[in-house]
Amino acid sequence: MSEAKKPVLEVRNLSVTLPKGADREFAVDKVSFTVNPGEIVCLVGESGSGKSVIAFTVMGLLAKALKPSSGEILLQGENILAASEGRLRELRCTRMSMIFQEPMTALNPVMTCGEQIDEVLNTHTSLDAAQRKAKIIAILDRVKLPEPERIYASYPHQLSGGQRQRIMIAMALVLDPVLLIADEPTTALDVTTQAEILKLIAELQATEGTGVLFITHDFGVVAEIAHRVAVLRWGGLVEMGPTEQILSRPEHAYTKMLISSVPSIHPVHRGARKEGITVLRTEKLGKVYSGKSFFQKARVVKAAVDVDLDIRKGETLGIVGESGSGKSTVARCIARLIDPTDGKVFLGDTEIATMPAGKLRPHRRKVQIVFQDPYRSMNPRITVGEFIIEGPMNFGLKRDEAMARARKLMETVRLDPNSLDRYPHQFSGGQRQRICIARALAMEPELLIADEAVSALDVSVQKQVLELLDEIRQRLNLAVLFITHDLRVAAQICDYVAVMSKGRVVEYGSAEQVFGAPRDDYTKALFAAAPGRHWEFGKFATA
Amino acid sequence: MTVATEDLVDSASIAAASTKRKSLWLLALRNPNVIIGGSILLIMLAIAALAPFLGTVDPTRIDPASRNKKPGTEITMRLDDGQAVKRVALMGTDSLGRDVYSRVIYGTRVSLAVGAAVAIIAIAIGVVIGLVSGYIRWLDGIIMRIMDGLMAIPGILLAIAMVSIWRAGLITVIFAIVVPDVPRVVRLVRSIVLTVREEPYVEGAISVGTPTWVLMFRHILPNTVAPLIVQGTFLAASAILVEAALSFLGIGIPPEIPSWGNIMAEGRTLFRVFPHNIFYPGIFLAFTVLAINIMGDGLRDTLDPKMSKKV
Amino acid sequence: MLDFIARRLVAIIPVLTVVAVLVFLMLRLTPGDPAAVIAGDNATSDQINDIREKLGLNEPIWTQFAIWIGNILQGNFGESFFFKKTVAELIAQRIEPTLALAMCTLIFAVCVSVPLGVLAAYRQGSVLDRIVMAFCVMGFSVPGFVIGYCLIYVFAIELGWLPVQGYIRIGVNFWQFLERMVLPSLTLSVGFIALISRITRASVLEVLNEDYIRTARAKGLSSRVVLMRHALRNAAVPILTVIGLGVAILIGGAVVTESVFGLPGLGRLTVEAVLSRDFPTIQTVILMFSVVYVVVNLLIDISYTVFDPRIRY
Repeated sequence: MSEAKKPVLEVRNLSVTLPKGADREFAVDKVSFTVNPGEIVCLVGESGSGKSVIAFTVMGLLAKALKPSSGEILLQGENILAASEGRLRELRCTRMSMIFQEPMTALNPVMTCGEQIDEVLNTHTSLDAAQRKAKIIAILDRVKLPEPERIYASYPHQLSGGQRQRIMIAMALVLDPVLLIADEPTTALDVTTQAEILKLIAELQATEGTGVLFITHDFGVVAEIAHRVAVLRWGGLVEMGPTEQILSRPEHAYTKMLISSVPSIHPVHRGARKEGITVLRTEKLGKVYSGKSFFQKARVVKAAVDVDLDIRKGETLGIVGESGSGKSTVARCIARLIDPTDGKVFLGDTEIATMPAGKLRPHRRKVQIVFQDPYRSMNPRITVGEFIIEGPMNFGLKRDEAMARARKLMETVRLDPNSLDRYPHQFSGGQRQRICIARALAMEPELLIADEAVSALDVSVQKQVLELLDEIRQRLNLAVLFITHDLRVAAQICDYVAVMSKGRVVEYGSAEQVFGAPRDDYTKALFAAAPGRHWEFGKFATA
Repeated sequence: MTVATEDLVDSASIAAASTKRKSLWLLALRNPNVIIGGSILLIMLAIAALAPFLGTVDPTRIDPASRNKKPGTEITMRLDDGQAVKRVALMGTDSLGRDVYSRVIYGTRVSLAVGAAVAIIAIAIGVVIGLVSGYIRWLDGIIMRIMDGLMAIPGILLAIAMVSIWRAGLITVIFAIVVPDVPRVVRLVRSIVLTVREEPYVEGAISVGTPTWVLMFRHILPNTVAPLIVQGTFLAASAILVEAALSFLGIGIPPEIPSWGNIMAEGRTLFRVFPHNIFYPGIFLAFTVLAINIMGDGLRDTLDPKMSKKV
Repeated sequence: MLDFIARRLVAIIPVLTVVAVLVFLMLRLTPGDPAAVIAGDNATSDQINDIREKLGLNEPIWTQFAIWIGNILQGNFGESFFFKKTVAELIAQRIEPTLALAMCTLIFAVCVSVPLGVLAAYRQGSVLDRIVMAFCVMGFSVPGFVIGYCLIYVFAIELGWLPVQGYIRIGVNFWQFLERMVLPSLTLSVGFIALISRITRASVLEVLNEDYIRTARAKGLSSRVVLMRHALRNAAVPILTVIGLGVAILIGGAVVTESVFGLPGLGRLTVEAVLSRDFPTIQTVILMFSVVYVVVNLLIDISYTVFDPRIRY
């Protein structure tokens, strides 16, 4: 084996112990893998798989409560676990670098971006100020930031999320390390920004021959960027191999299940439009936020402009868009959690957009909403049973009738009806989301709004909740408004899709038409940016 | 997308939260700070309750014959029926011949009463105003401007001003200490109301048609209980200190009422010769306040970890 | 930047208005005739009538307020019938000891408490941290006058190192002035140090959990650099805020400390005024301290912009 082909990173039999009282003994359990020069290795797994712990262990940045208990981590043959803190500091940013998930918080808010990169050079090199500046401007240019001089003097809050992540990449790569660790670097970014960052990482590592350890939960990203893949579960390595092999011929049942859970980006054929009754129609719906201030001109944010939508019985309408596109604003206006500033919302024949709050109550029953965060959607102080019956009892149902209905609904969402007297914390995220659906259904609504309702869930749990939602829609002939940023999810669940950008609906049509032949430029760009769009994830039988 | 970076820590904290939720109060009772502070406070409460049975005499009884005695001096007392009794003045006597030990023991009652009364009244008023402010938008601006104005006057000065208006008395002093504390409670309650209102579970309750008052009592108010208990302990501690300071300055409760501040005020002039008149009540005062503060710290760490970051 | 300052300035107007109204109402809430209250216990009916005329007490209450606030804005704070001087003179006479005490305390307390808090945070859970935290709880619990008398007892009476009480003007003899400032400043510092060390520790600890601290460590910086360059500057805003709020404690503490050490300052004046029910003086002192407090906090607000570039509007 030639010198160049020696692995930059070799993890052997690594175990990391969890503090006492945790749900299991090891955060990482006897994991071994290698990263070669010029290679991108993806560590993929659901939450709690230990993938981030591995990344932090390599950098020596593990929280104090976690202790590596056995194994070796060899960086170009040098065992990092045995290295002193001083030696580790020397290695960081010179031979191994790391970029993080949240570009918004990963940079020091009170230092300019230039100063922050300069710190790296100042610590690890003996270059003088002018040389350092030149080197920084060069690397800013290489990560394709416009006007490097201006960026150099900018504070992080003056830059966008994507730009900040580029700064992080510049900082990580300025001293040409042999290993780059990327911990979910694009998870917090919008899909179009994500595509650019992924492309940048791939380009830079190819030209420099950097080995990359890439942590992600997203198989789309894996398909896009990885050379080899390691699948983790509960701290253990399930399966490892070249990307093509893992994605198309997984051997382990868990890998098969994971990959089968990834929704396809191609919409399923739903047949011709049913002639149902229109449940909800919006007419030029708009929401303008205006911040009044004494000295400045009023700042006006148009969160939603001229939104026309309609949903019929038994139909799912999806609103897709990036963050800030106004998709959630529309949902919240329809549910009247916020008051629209323009336009009309017809619920059946009733106009509710301008209805005073006092008269609204009887109509609230008809529109129910399931939120994104399963941990904040339920009052931690009341039992699940109380949570579900609250609504029906508000509308005059007797307690025992409401409870009977709650038991039935728990069965509908496939949870044990006997657990109605338990508290929310005794349920997992996916289970809570089911409970929230049950609560919404308890109101016997005409329209169910799911506001990013599956976005916080792991892909396997997400699949189950999506199937449940679709089944309920069919059985109850329910109208569903589905808000999501995830194109794959939208493709699988929606009959109709509205694409939103900057508060406006830029494209609106059947899922097949929008996904199959997008007309709007923004929609085209959005679809082109979807990671792993060329990959059709197989559906494997999991016995 | 909120897939946590440190997914592991996430699951650990969820696990921790699940054991926490129900037994939060039990957990607080097991906190060493709560145990230590609470025990001292219980002892003080016992002293206050049992003051007449702890070998005390009438704390307001003036005896010109035995003025300014050092601690441990044996003095002869003439009882009401004319009988002469010898007793050891554990903490000496003051310049009017009153027994300092008895005064200190009885003073416990005054301090604890002031602390408890101020905390309870300030919270009661503060919760009402805070809820109104957090819920009725058009009143919010007016109320908060008044609260800002009240907060702009340093607390002790405001209390001094209050006392100077109505002349000294126990009720006046309590009220004078309550007024500067109210804005603090109002701000706490209001900020909790405003934060919790934004929680998805509250929005969820709105969308299932829950009436406003149910929303308030069922979903919002319970969130204020733990922070208010924590705040209450700190209010009580500082109220005891302020009362002592006012009395010490001679503008607190009337001098004939045996309070720790009054004993110290009385001892000021002869401090060089008889420092015990200041030290004994000072020790009791410091211990009581320390106990409440330690207990408050413990309660805050267990009941309200978010606030513990903000001091 | 100027915009920011202007908006801050405008924001304190309602606060000061409320303060002025409260202080004005103070006198009206006292039982009895305000003019008689102002004139003091041994005033003639002519004097009382004269005051009633001057303050427009026969006019409706808002006219009275207008007259009162108009006088104050012109620097006319009224007359103290007890001290037989104008209140302005009285305050000019008494301001030096208070100012000196506050400055000595502020400088000493900040110099001690910030490093203490940073160290405690840096070595969280260590013996040092525990000692600092224990000191903080003690500092909150032991009242200033008890600390003051303990210090007098040890350093002035038993050891005889420092004078017990009294004040010498800074212009008269600087050394003697300093000698007499040591114990009062130490006394007043205790609570202040407790407060600031605690918030410093808490803010530094919070900042140390931030993502950008992890980034800084991932850059290979030493922990000292991470602490001083990254953590402390980000923790500066909450620390400054509490120093500003602590000025209220300083003012309240000054009242007590001046009484213990016999300093002829504004705190002592307040107590004397209350004891003699000298309302023009009480009102002016309270108004003045409140304005100082509000202005100090305004300055601190503005200084945030130096520490945090995000605050710019």
